[in-house]
Amino acid sequence: MPDVAVVGFAQAPNVRSTPGTTNGVEMLVPIFAEVFERTGLSKEDIGFWCSGSSDYLAGRAFSFIAAVDAIGAFPPIHESHVEMDAAWALYEAWLKIRMGEVETALVYGFGKSSAGQLRRVLALQMDPYVVAPLWPDSVSVAGIQARLGLESGLWSEKDLAEVAARSRADAAGNPAAQLSGTVEVAELLDAPYFADPLRAHDIAPITDGAAVLVLASAERAADLVDSPAVITGIEHRVDSPALGVRDLTKSPSTAAAGRALDLDGVEVAELHAPFTHQELILRDALGLGDQVRINPSGGVLTGNPMFSAGLARIGEAANRILDGSARKTLAHATSGPVLQQNLVATLEVLS
Amino acid sequence: MADLAEKSRTCFTQDVSAPELPLSAPLNVGFDYTRSVGPVLGRFVDALRERRVEGVRGSDGRVHVPPLEYDPVTAEALSEFVPVASEGEIVSWSWIAEPVDGQPLSRPFAWALIRLDGADTSMLHAVDAGSPSNVHTGQRVRIRWADETVGHIRDIAYFVPADGPDTETTEPPPPVAKREDGAPVSVVITPIHLRYEHSASPEESRYLRGLAEGKLIGQRCPSCEKVYIPPRGACPTDGVPTTDEVELPDTGIVTTFCIVNVPFLGQKIKPPYVAAYILLDGADIAFLHLVLGCDAADVRMGMRVRAVWKPRDEWWTSLENIGHFEPTGEPDAPYESFAHHL
Repeated sequence: MPDVAVVGFAQAPNVRSTPGTTNGVEMLVPIFAEVFERTGLSKEDIGFWCSGSSDYLAGRAFSFIAAVDAIGAFPPIHESHVEMDAAWALYEAWLKIRMGEVETALVYGFGKSSAGQLRRVLALQMDPYVVAPLWPDSVSVAGIQARLGLESGLWSEKDLAEVAARSRADAAGNPAAQLSGTVEVAELLDAPYFADPLRAHDIAPITDGAAVLVLASAERAADLVDSPAVITGIEHRVDSPALGVRDLTKSPSTAAAGRALDLDGVEVAELHAPFTHQELILRDALGLGDQVRINPSGGVLTGNPMFSAGLARIGEAANRILDGSARKTLAHATSGPVLQQNLVATLEVLS
Repeated sequence: MADLAEKSRTCFTQDVSAPELPLSAPLNVGFDYTRSVGPVLGRFVDALRERRVEGVRGSDGRVHVPPLEYDPVTAEALSEFVPVASEGEIVSWSWIAEPVDGQPLSRPFAWALIRLDGADTSMLHAVDAGSPSNVHTGQRVRIRWADETVGHIRDIAYFVPADGPDTETTEPPPPVAKREDGAPVSVVITPIHLRYEHSASPEESRYLRGLAEGKLIGQRCPSCEKVYIPPRGACPTDGVPTTDEVELPDTGIVTTFCIVNVPFLGQKIKPPYVAAYILLDGADIAFLHLVLGCDAADVRMGMRVRAVWKPRDEWWTSLENIGHFEPTGEPDAPYESFAHHL
């Protein structure tokens, strides 16, 4: 089976709100042009297209159909969609290339989180019988998870603020980031609670955005870019949707995905942690030591475009290979409440 | 429960101070989810209707509340029901200072994972505690039942501290089997209401603003030169936004059509009537509209039609400004002239 490599990645600026449509066309058209220019490909060269987005986020049924216009979908194309973060669309595209059906694929995700009330809209991804009818907001549920770790001594509020401060400092080097800059941990801890025990800096911002990533078989990739980022492993696992069944201070599904991969020698890890404490859970689940550089892009605490943020983690991890600054990187994406579903991939220099 | 369904409607208004911005307007979506419950969740909500809580025992001996249909460890179907208490303790919690629509309390409250006595797993619910200083992990809480229980998770209105005064006076309802309707709960109905700010694309906004002035504005793809009305954020052939503006006449042809014979909720015209794809002269894409003013049986593919506009004082940023299309009486367009637009 052919290996699969990332050959191009682009993302729209992460912003609090755009004046554009919920179908993402205005955000997608420029970044499609960007990856085509970077890879020298045109839409006729793309064998398979796959996207991730959400009707609930858009407030309209079949909202991804309108986004297909941005592709230039006539004459007919080979296309699919997941109602999840586009990292899972990437998994589908990865399979298409592995099976030898296509040589190239373009994966994109988009979301206009500002159109509705995000933390309320996200209640609808929870159990529809016994949880969603209560409209639990995503921030409060993460707060319950954070307190479990705080009260059992796994982490402190200072630990969480340090994650936020490091993320914002790192985001200074990321032109797409929504939040960046130098902040003092003590200053962050002086801020009032937003959802006790979470403060604003513990919570990823509300972000409109989109991301696109181009995959190619390793053979084809070598012709397209100097240093393709080969996906040497990709695994995804899921935990019970029942919140009260599992130990929320751990992420067994991330750990299981990590165990199925060879994580030796990972230099950089892009973790999809929409809350500060979740970065600590993920580092522990993946056994990432201090030698691993975490989220040099700033991570989603500095910009969290729903349904493309996980794909962007893979893109950021790939960029470190594409630009020659790392030889092995790890990318993680999550979907659902409190780290319910997790995807982990390793990327390496083409040997 | 159709009365709970809220019709979605978008009403665009022009912001004259910023004419270049796309049009946007509130979009309120409402509907009821009606879900069948099956044997496990059905038994759970039936018990709630009687103000009792039942869990289910998993393969590892743990009692799950709320019950799980399938074991989280072995994935086996579960069926051993276990009654548990309506009192328990807080496992973890967070405080919501500004509740959002639909939550169990409209005043600040705690969200908590609560393990009921007799259960091994915990359930998410609200605790009415006044302030975060009145909440702690390990705190004893008990259920405050809804005044009327119907067989739904919201029969548990919220939780209150167990040592607080019990002001509840509602008598428990009769057991399910003795209720007049007799039958156990087979479905749960949950109303969903969501609010959005919906935005049209810049191209759509030009078109909608044109309609308010009685103009039909299409836009041409700079690459393939096809003219779209309504114009598109991106040409489906070339993936680039349509840009050049084209004002189109209000005449065109019927490319294809159907005769509506079936009455339905909200129908404004008495059947039979014709819904047709209208291809305006100079356009490369047809849109759906009505053809009236003739017998439905006389409508044909290729028939020439003209817009019938509503009175000017009823115009707004909507294609509703054209009430319908009607035949012009001109000779039909030959099939070959529109075959590629079908």
